[in-house]
Amino acid sequence: MAGEGWRRLPLTKDHPLQRRVTFDNRLLPYLLLAPQVAVTLVFFIWPAANAIWQSVHLQDAFGIRSEFVWFENFTNVLGDPNYLDTLKVTVVFSLAVTVLAMGLALLLAVLADSKIKGARAYKTLLIWPYALAPAVAAVLWMFIFNPDIGSFGRALRALGYDWDYRLNGGQALTMVIMAASWKQVSYNFIFFLAGLQAIPRSVMEAASIDGAGPVRRFWTITFPLLSPTTFFLLVVDMVYAFFETFGTIHALTQGGPGKATETLIFRVYQDGVVNNDLGGSSAQSVILMVIVIALTAVQFRFVERKVHYS
Amino acid sequence: MKPTRFIDLLPHIVLIVGVLIFAYPIYVTLIGSTWDSGTIGRGGLPLWPGGQGLTNYAQAWVGEAGDRAMYTPVRTMMLNSLVMALSIALGKIAISILSAYAVAFFRFPLRMAFFWLIFITLMLPVEVRIIPTYKVVADLGLINSYAGLAIPLIASATATLLFRQFFLTIPDELLEAAKIDGAGPVRFFIDVVLPLSRTNIAALFVILFIYGWNQYLWPLLVTSSGDMETIVTGITKMIGTGESANDWHIIMATTVLAMLPPVAVVVFMQRWFVKGLVDSEK
Repeated sequence: MAGEGWRRLPLTKDHPLQRRVTFDNRLLPYLLLAPQVAVTLVFFIWPAANAIWQSVHLQDAFGIRSEFVWFENFTNVLGDPNYLDTLKVTVVFSLAVTVLAMGLALLLAVLADSKIKGARAYKTLLIWPYALAPAVAAVLWMFIFNPDIGSFGRALRALGYDWDYRLNGGQALTMVIMAASWKQVSYNFIFFLAGLQAIPRSVMEAASIDGAGPVRRFWTITFPLLSPTTFFLLVVDMVYAFFETFGTIHALTQGGPGKATETLIFRVYQDGVVNNDLGGSSAQSVILMVIVIALTAVQFRFVERKVHYS
Repeated sequence: MKPTRFIDLLPHIVLIVGVLIFAYPIYVTLIGSTWDSGTIGRGGLPLWPGGQGLTNYAQAWVGEAGDRAMYTPVRTMMLNSLVMALSIALGKIAISILSAYAVAFFRFPLRMAFFWLIFITLMLPVEVRIIPTYKVVADLGLINSYAGLAIPLIASATATLLFRQFFLTIPDELLEAAKIDGAGPVRFFIDVVLPLSRTNIAALFVILFIYGWNQYLWPLLVTSSGDMETIVTGITKMIGTGESANDWHIIMATTVLAMLPPVAVVVFMQRWFVKGLVDSEK
């Protein structure tokens, strides 16, 4: 998944689907596959099938009998104004995180790629935040913006601004957006930098000779040539904002105040683990699965297109 | 026309501001971990280090604040995180390289069916199947165990696909030569494939170690006892609702210790790390 750093499908047409020469062995390939297939079946396929099954059933209060209810759980979930609010928060949160993380990363990558002194040092100093857990990033932001102990938090209050993200929903959402984007910049930076370095120098020099200034060169040449990277990062950042920021939100606001920072994934946790509503939580899980499948499909198409062009 | 000096400096200024935005919170945390909780709690944290550093780290390490024993010791949490991260990284690499070897070097019935079965896991991140996966782990009696922490996360489509892609680039001639020499698939794997995969394994290890160390939702679910606490979830439990009366000095020292291993891995293995991230893009 995205948490591993990448979710690109390396199934390109440059390589055959099968080698020409292979070993002939009846049993061995199955033995080699066995561990991964076992883990996949027990911890992925079976639970996912279970979630789908639960999502169309309703359990009685004792958890003994369950009744097939078609899409009742889904209509309940989607008809709940609270869920739609959560969906709205998720969309605002994800878009803000994606735009902030990508924008800042692109700016820094373009500058670090230009021939300036100390480019290597800048790179190292900008790459390392990738190593931080989303929850740790949230904790670091709290040390600074907490209204009691944080230097910026106290400064804001000293300036007469009523800053307390623990009580104000808008401020809480701003906090989680900032902490989540802050952590994701380095990942985007690494990919933008790799993308920039893949652009042939000759193209840039030709434009430079033609008299195009740096800003014009960026928008007419660099940015269009970076579009595969940009698109890839767009999907990765959306997946990050949807799923991996659970830690950020859990550490910083617990979804509150009220439900101001409750995203879809936080709600699945809340309903399933804290409130023990199996049917509703499963229906939400299935909705999330559909979102991941859609995002993966988009990425798939993009990979094919990229291969087509190259 | 010669550009002005300010224009020359502008990229540096922007980059330095960028670096500071990322470094400042870490600096504050480092400084905070060397003062006492009172100074931090009052919001009077200076910008220079205090004299409490050693005491704070020692207290965090054994889990005591003042004379009260109250937290899971950092040494326990670090050990748990280390075991979890290593099991996830090595487990993923081991099972992925084996299955990729099977899919790439053998022809057998249902080959593509297995390939797709593994591929599907890409679409089922742990976050969308939390409750039923938790139930499976509970039924297997793996709650509060290292196996429960690591095994449900070790199936990885991405690692399998990366290895498979790499295996498809190994020249057929190499395989033919090995066959003529009488080497079987196991020999070939150990003597040829594994050594050739060294860089790929190193690159994957860096990425997967960080992935494992930084897990949050899953450890939060499957561990309930303090002995099994991992350090990332441990910190947020120490913070609670973020009251000013917290033992902030201990929390900050713990945070510094929690960041150390993954940051060290990125900084010292930077070459492999960037390769591991970007390789799959090609």
